[in-house]
Amino acid sequence: MASSPTATAESFNYKVVRQFAIMTVVWGIVGMFVGVLIAAQLIWPSLNFEIPWLTYGRLRPLHTNAVIFAFGGSALFATSYYVVQRTCQVRLFCDKLAAFTFWGWQAVIVAAAITLPMGFTSSKEYAELEWPIDILITIVWVSYAIVFFGTIVKRRVKHIYVANWFFGSYILTIALLHVVNNLELPVSFLKSYSLYAGVHDAMVQWWYGHNAVGFFLTTSFLGMMYYFVPKQAGRPIYSYRLSIVHFWALAFIYMWAGPHHLVYTSLPDWTQSLGMVFSLILLAPSWGGMINGIMTLSGAWYKLRTDPILKFMVVSLSFYGMSTFEGSMMSIRTVNALSHYTDWTVGHVHSGALGWVAMITFGSLYYLIPRLWGKDRMWSTRLVEVHFWVATIGVVLYIASMWIAGVMQGLMWRATELDGTLTYSFVESVKATYPFYTIRLLGGALYLFGIVLMAYNVIRTVVGVKAINPPVPTETHDPIRPVASMAKA
Amino acid sequence: MEFLYLLLPVSMLFVLMIAALLWWAVFSGQYDDPEQDGKSILEDDDTHGSDD
Repeated sequence: MASSPTATAESFNYKVVRQFAIMTVVWGIVGMFVGVLIAAQLIWPSLNFEIPWLTYGRLRPLHTNAVIFAFGGSALFATSYYVVQRTCQVRLFCDKLAAFTFWGWQAVIVAAAITLPMGFTSSKEYAELEWPIDILITIVWVSYAIVFFGTIVKRRVKHIYVANWFFGSYILTIALLHVVNNLELPVSFLKSYSLYAGVHDAMVQWWYGHNAVGFFLTTSFLGMMYYFVPKQAGRPIYSYRLSIVHFWALAFIYMWAGPHHLVYTSLPDWTQSLGMVFSLILLAPSWGGMINGIMTLSGAWYKLRTDPILKFMVVSLSFYGMSTFEGSMMSIRTVNALSHYTDWTVGHVHSGALGWVAMITFGSLYYLIPRLWGKDRMWSTRLVEVHFWVATIGVVLYIASMWIAGVMQGLMWRATELDGTLTYSFVESVKATYPFYTIRLLGGALYLFGIVLMAYNVIRTVVGVKAINPPVPTETHDPIRPVASMAKA
Repeated sequence: MEFLYLLLPVSMLFVLMIAALLWWAVFSGQYDDPEQDGKSILEDDDTHGSDD
């Protein structure tokens, strides 16, 4: 309750949240640096220095794994552990297992950072890691599920806040997707073959790939949004009913949209159409959620002028709306015929990843990190403001250049002469893309610079400051059971 | 087409599970007071944690 709560014997477990929060920033810098490096390699191929470990084909999966699973994953662990404790008003279930998820996840990341540049890959996009690492991921993930759902089970608040539903669905779905997609036959310690073959393998892979994007990069970060946006704005979510509808609609629809990654392939036509239809339906709940988040600020728009954290959140929601609209459109066959295999797809992914996922993460971390060290704000709000503008300009440069490059490539590839021959050779389209690659590199470099500013701000906020593990308040709205110490007494 | 024999049952099972969870959430009273549930996170003051 708002009235000062009296202390109990139990305290919140902020330690594991702190560990993940700090590693989010560290892995963010690493992953985005690799991204900037490979963006530069597309302009200056000699930047691989003729060293196999630094070639584009090996660094690209390192980049995607680092930003999605190391940066995004750590952010999700940190925020989900924080949100589930605060909204359930109870300490995290099983400290040891929670600590294991931290060290286990870091071990997975380090193993990826070693094996991917060495060329060990199962060649499945976003699931490149070889089978021993896959098994470690499974163990860590099951532990994560036990810690998270264990906390939900021992909660003291009757209602399960909507953010926990989003986090919970992401944990369950990723477990299922990871296991089904990575069923493989090991032939040696670091080599395995997928259990599926041909178009079956492709379909299972994109059933995984699409839902990994849907649940690892969307529902989970919506969980973050549904907690940190109302908290930072100091207002309840615009419509809590809409947030419930948003959740269940996504849960029922998302799973079926995967085939849109395989339009115009040997996949049966009706499966492609099914994927397309579900992708279009997805637009409705996605926009409902976006509007819900943004409208939370209605009546408090003036806060946007002075609060850079809210700016991060509102811009991230705008990008969420934009990229979900774009994604639905790109799944339509005629649009896909133009966009597929071009840099438009790259632009679309980064509009979601940089604009939505990373921006909502920055906003949430700027709220979260000071509180983990007993402060109410970052060392410099001004630096947060600078970070916001640098990052926003970076994203805009990145996605605008990739849109133009993608549409240009698509048009050049399909252009034919009167006699039916192709107007352009492939290499001509590559040559025409160079200026856009340069703009993209600039945008990416700006974005990287932004997170470096964040790291400095974080260091100044936390170094030399005593970390806190605040007590769990005794009085709770809507209780289902008394706090542990009182139950004993 | 064989992938459908795997993906469809897996996905259908998942949908059934989601439906069961929705059933539980609705009928166990999770959504009885959404107005208050939305406000509740603001009543939890996480800003001034004192260290003990």
